[in-house]
Amino acid sequence: MQSKMFLSGNEAVAWGVKLARPQVIAAYPITPQTIVIERLSEMIANGKFNAEYLHVESEHSALSAMMGASAIGARTFTATSSQGLLYMAECLHYASGGRFPIVMMNANRSLALPWSIYGDQRDSLSLLDCGWIQVYSQDAQESLDLIIQAYKIAENQSILTPVMVNLDGFVLTHTYEPVSVPEQDKVDEFLPPYVNPYTMDLDNPKNLAFSSTPEDNMEFKFMQHRAIVEAKTIIRDIDISYGNSFGRYYGGLVANYLVEDADCVLITLGSISGTARSVVDELRKEGIQAGICRIRYMRPFPDEEIASLARDNRAIGVLEKDISFGYEGTVATNVKSALSKAGLKFPILNFIAGLGGRSINRNDIKKAFVDLERHRSEAVAEAVQFVNLGVAT
Amino acid sequence: MSTGKNKYALRTLTDNEYFFGHKACGGCGGSLTIRLALKVLGPRTITVLPAGCMSAVGFIFPQMTFDINAIISTFAGTASMLSGIRAGLNARGIKDCHVVGFAGDGGTADIGLQALSGAIDRNDRIIYICYDNEAYMNTGIQKSGLTPQGAITTTTPFGSSVSGCRTSKKNMFEIVAAHGIAYAATASVGFIPDLLYKVEKAKNISGTSYIHVFAPCPTGWGYESADTLEVSRDAVACGLWYLAEFENGQFRLNHNPGKLAPIQSYLKSQSRFKHLQQQEIELIESSRDVMWKKIHREWLIE
Repeated sequence: MQSKMFLSGNEAVAWGVKLARPQVIAAYPITPQTIVIERLSEMIANGKFNAEYLHVESEHSALSAMMGASAIGARTFTATSSQGLLYMAECLHYASGGRFPIVMMNANRSLALPWSIYGDQRDSLSLLDCGWIQVYSQDAQESLDLIIQAYKIAENQSILTPVMVNLDGFVLTHTYEPVSVPEQDKVDEFLPPYVNPYTMDLDNPKNLAFSSTPEDNMEFKFMQHRAIVEAKTIIRDIDISYGNSFGRYYGGLVANYLVEDADCVLITLGSISGTARSVVDELRKEGIQAGICRIRYMRPFPDEEIASLARDNRAIGVLEKDISFGYEGTVATNVKSALSKAGLKFPILNFIAGLGGRSINRNDIKKAFVDLERHRSEAVAEAVQFVNLGVAT
Repeated sequence: MSTGKNKYALRTLTDNEYFFGHKACGGCGGSLTIRLALKVLGPRTITVLPAGCMSAVGFIFPQMTFDINAIISTFAGTASMLSGIRAGLNARGIKDCHVVGFAGDGGTADIGLQALSGAIDRNDRIIYICYDNEAYMNTGIQKSGLTPQGAITTTTPFGSSVSGCRTSKKNMFEIVAAHGIAYAATASVGFIPDLLYKVEKAKNISGTSYIHVFAPCPTGWGYESADTLEVSRDAVACGLWYLAEFENGQFRLNHNPGKLAPIQSYLKSQSRFKHLQQQEIELIESSRDVMWKKIHREWLIE
């Protein structure tokens, strides 16, 4: 019997971590991630959870220590946000290149300058190419479930790639909701102890994290790429088997809502999807056939799922809390690439919203759908639209 | 020469090699440090080397040169990776294993200082060995925080208005000691039994230990590769380097050089100092004398 608890997103992550039994945790505090590591520290201090906890002096050291612990065969966890994630950037590439199956929670937060502690997704999206699997949670329940699944994915012998679990800062990390907490023995059954033949071994020593010449380097990079591409199938299977064990299935790489008969589909990422779903319900009552495709995994990218959205006389938009300066939103670029790979010439609208924590309200989402509806019959300018902008464009 | 009681019984040193077949320059003080230290630490040792000379000469796939578990860390991450390995070993219940890092002067005193400070603060059971060749040698002899005053490097070149390094060496030994570290020592490849003794001692420390090894670089300093040990001994004889330990809050000079030799012959043996004028030499000499006054005033001397 799963117990029901009233948890914030951060607390749900801490519970997911406890249930996944990492052996070494190292973290450096940064708002709005702090509650995760505070709860874990409390659990350890009260003997409810047994792990080595390293109070490190920076995020760079947190991930560096995790690589060391992972190299000796320990299951590891760390958490960060924003500037901290950027400070880790060197180690992010290092960890994926070294194929260390580390799981990290990132509280999505804006990047300086100007300073802001509030949420947007520029931190993780600007590091999309660092070789990590990136998944975005919608609510506290999914956050807990994702942490457990993340270990199963990262440690899969044909993947062996670190996983970054992203939660929107404050909106998700600090919002409380009822969460079903699985039983430990069920989690143990789903996620057995970490075993990896490629770690250090005192009886059979290994030299790890070496250099390679141009003769070999590209093959290592190819294998890394192939592992993440092939992870798509494994991620879908793990989500299904998690659903079978715990009664919650999320849809694999994407979670669709009323997409089948939709005229207008808005693609979203993260916790805004909950609001967007309720707007869809409202619009449907008003006669607009709206639907939501929530991208869960940005890497590996769900290109088949996105391509399958394309349909005659359907308008597609991307709503995202990020901008690649001088071009467009990173999610939109990826969506367009997936449609193009499928041979589809399909214009999409790109709505940039919520930068620096500006709230995205129901009306903003409604207006996006109205634009999409209009786009079906007349050409709407395809330039990037900044939602709720206070200056003239 | 006397090194007091700090003598390692050389006859017990194993013939086994744990670091061989690498591509270091002839006469390299850094590779000698690693080779010797690993003989003391033995096969149940995990070693971390950051980006730098020793990782560049020892880890080019598929030619691996360590016969023990070894890993390259990020440049800044020697100590943090050591801490992670120790935490992983603890979590897995493995106790009879040494965790040792070998980082250069730049990797220790500049980019790696933050992580080293954190590890000492946590008193993690790791051994951190700095092989100090007084510049960024792997990248082509650029100035580091441990480049001595007056030395020519490629970023402190001989010039018409300024020549050589204008700053003096950071005092890593005392920086580390100021943390209240369990054990710290300075050593030199010119005094091998003393170096081995200190590694042996670090091996049995239950917290963090730090050994700062003077490790000359013929390529970067400009002397014949056969002269590494002699150059090392000259540095100690003229008082520009010293052999000491820090334990229980007490500094102790474990090798008394007696009356210090003039620094001229040490400086003139290396092309990096050849340009120095008498006035500059006197400046270096006077800062040496200040340091030694303090040593005599505050430290125990054997």
